Amino acid sequence: MCGIVGLYLKDPSLQGRLGALFAPMLVELTDRGPDSAGLAVYHDPAPEAHLKLVLFHPDPDFDWQKVSDALGPAAALTRRASHAIVVAEGEARKIEALIAALDAGLQIMSEGRVIEIYKETGLPDAVARRFAVPEMAGSHAIGHTRMATESAVTTAGSHPFSTGLDLCLVHNGSLSNHNWLRSRLERHYGMTFKTENDTEVAAAYVTSRLLEGRTLHEALEDGLADLDGFYTFCVGTAEGFAVLRDPIACKPAVLAETDGWVAMASEYRALVGLPEIEKARVWEPEPATVYSWGG
Amino acid sequence: MTALNLESLDLATLPLRDVNARLQAAGDGHFRITGPNGAHALAVGLTSPLEVEIMGHTGYYTAGMNQEASLTIHGNAGPGLAENMMSGSVRVTGDASQYAGATGHGGLLVIEGHASSRCGISMKGIDIVVGGNVGHMSAFMAQAGRLVVLGDAGADFGDSLYEARLYVRGDVKSLGADCIEKPLLAEHLDELTRLLDRAGMDADPLTFRRYGSARKLYNFTIDDAGAAK
Repeated sequence: MCGIVGLYLKDPSLQGRLGALFAPMLVELTDRGPDSAGLAVYHDPAPEAHLKLVLFHPDPDFDWQKVSDALGPAAALTRRASHAIVVAEGEARKIEALIAALDAGLQIMSEGRVIEIYKETGLPDAVARRFAVPEMAGSHAIGHTRMATESAVTTAGSHPFSTGLDLCLVHNGSLSNHNWLRSRLERHYGMTFKTENDTEVAAAYVTSRLLEGRTLHEALEDGLADLDGFYTFCVGTAEGFAVLRDPIACKPAVLAETDGWVAMASEYRALVGLPEIEKARVWEPEPATVYSWGG
Repeated sequence: MTALNLESLDLATLPLRDVNARLQAAGDGHFRITGPNGAHALAVGLTSPLEVEIMGHTGYYTAGMNQEASLTIHGNAGPGLAENMMSGSVRVTGDASQYAGATGHGGLLVIEGHASSRCGISMKGIDIVVGGNVGHMSAFMAQAGRLVVLGDAGADFGDSLYEARLYVRGDVKSLGADCIEKPLLAEHLDELTRLLDRAGMDADPLTFRRYGSARKLYNFTIDDAGAAK
C-alpha cells in the first residue's frame, strides 16, 4: 500500500498556499498509509555557501541550545515540533560531523539549501497539524503516508528519505535488488545508509546518478535499468519534480496538470481540492516513462 | 432518456454507502451521481435495469459485478472498473486504469479513451470496446467474449489466451504466449461491425486485425514448456 503525493507549483503566485493545498492531499491518503507520514517542502533557500538542515531528536526534552552553541553564533536554529531547522555556513561533511559528535540521538532528516523534511509516526492528519503544514509556503512538496511492510514504524523509518543535498524521493512499492544496490553504492560512492529500508536505497541511487552529472530526468531513466522491483516514485530536487513507474506499473499513480501546477498522487481523490482541478489534464503515467518538470 | 424521473444523488452530502444502497434497492429509474471525486466502489452490485450517470472521475472498483444496469462515467475510472460484470453496460467517456473488465462474464464495457494494463484479464464472456489504446498484458488468460481496440495494444497481448476473440486496429507491441494473428473472415467482420455499432464507435471493420489462441497451451505437458515464455 502506502500513499504518495506531490505538488509542483508552476505559478509563483500560488507559493504562499503550498502547504494549504498540499496538506489535504496527504490527509486524503490516510487509509493507504496510517502508520506514519512525512513530507519534503522546498522553500526559503539558505544564503549562498550556507546549508539548511532539518534535525530530529526523539527526546521531547532534548536541549536544542546545545546544537546552537556547538554551531556558533552565526547559525540560526528554529524549532518545529520535534524537529529543528538549522541554517549554518560551511561544508556539509563538517556540519554533519559536528552534529554526529554532539548527541547520538540527533538525526538529520534533510540537508540542502532549499529542502526541509518533516516526518513522524501517527496519522497523517496529526502529523500535518504537528508541523503546521497548512501554513507552509514553497515551490513544491512531496509527501508519503506509510503502511509499513518491511521495516519498523519509527520516525527514522518514515518516509521521505533524503540521501543527497536537496533530494527527496517517495516510493510506493518494494524493491527486490536493494541489498545488492546498497552495497554497490557504499563501495563505489562511499554512501552511508541510516536504515535497512529499500526506498532509502532508491533515493541514494538517484543521488549517485546526479553526482555523475546526469539530470534528474536522465537519472530516473538510468534507474529503469538498475532498479528491480515494484515502484511508483515521486522525486524532488531543488528545482525539479519527477514521476516514474516501473515497467509493470501495478502501483497506482495519477498525474494532473494545469497552467498553475503539476500534481501526482496514488489516487485521483487526493487531487480534488486543487484549484481548477476540473480544468486540469488528468492522466495515468505510462509504465517505464519518466515525467519531469523544472530542474 | 426521460429526465422527468431523474433522481440526483450528491456524494458531497450523501455517504457512499447510502448512495450504493439506494441504487441497489431501486428496481428501475434514472440516477445521476455528482461529486464522485475518486470514490472507491461506487455503483457496485447493481442488479436492476437502472440508468446511472456518474458525473466526474471515480476511484477503484467502479460498477463492479454489474448486472442489467447501464452506467456512464463522465470522466476517468480508477483501477478495477466493471470487474466481473454479468450483464448490462458500462461506458467511460475518459480513460480507465488497470484491469478494466477483469473476469467479466457478460455485458458491454466501452472505454472511449485509453485503458491501461491488463484490460480484460481473464474475461469470461464480456465484450469490451476501447476507443484508444490498451496497456501491457491485456486479455491475459481471456477465456470468452470479445475485446476490440481501436488504438494500439501493449506488450504480451493475449498471453495464455483461451477462446476470447481480439480485434486491434493499431499496432500490437508484442503478442503473448500462444496468441496468434488469425484471418478476418466474414463472420468476424459481421461480429466486429455489430460490436462497433453497439459501442457507438466509428471505425471501418476492414482496418482491424484479429488475434486468437493457437490452442497449444490448453493441456500443459512438460514437452510444451518451451512454448510458455
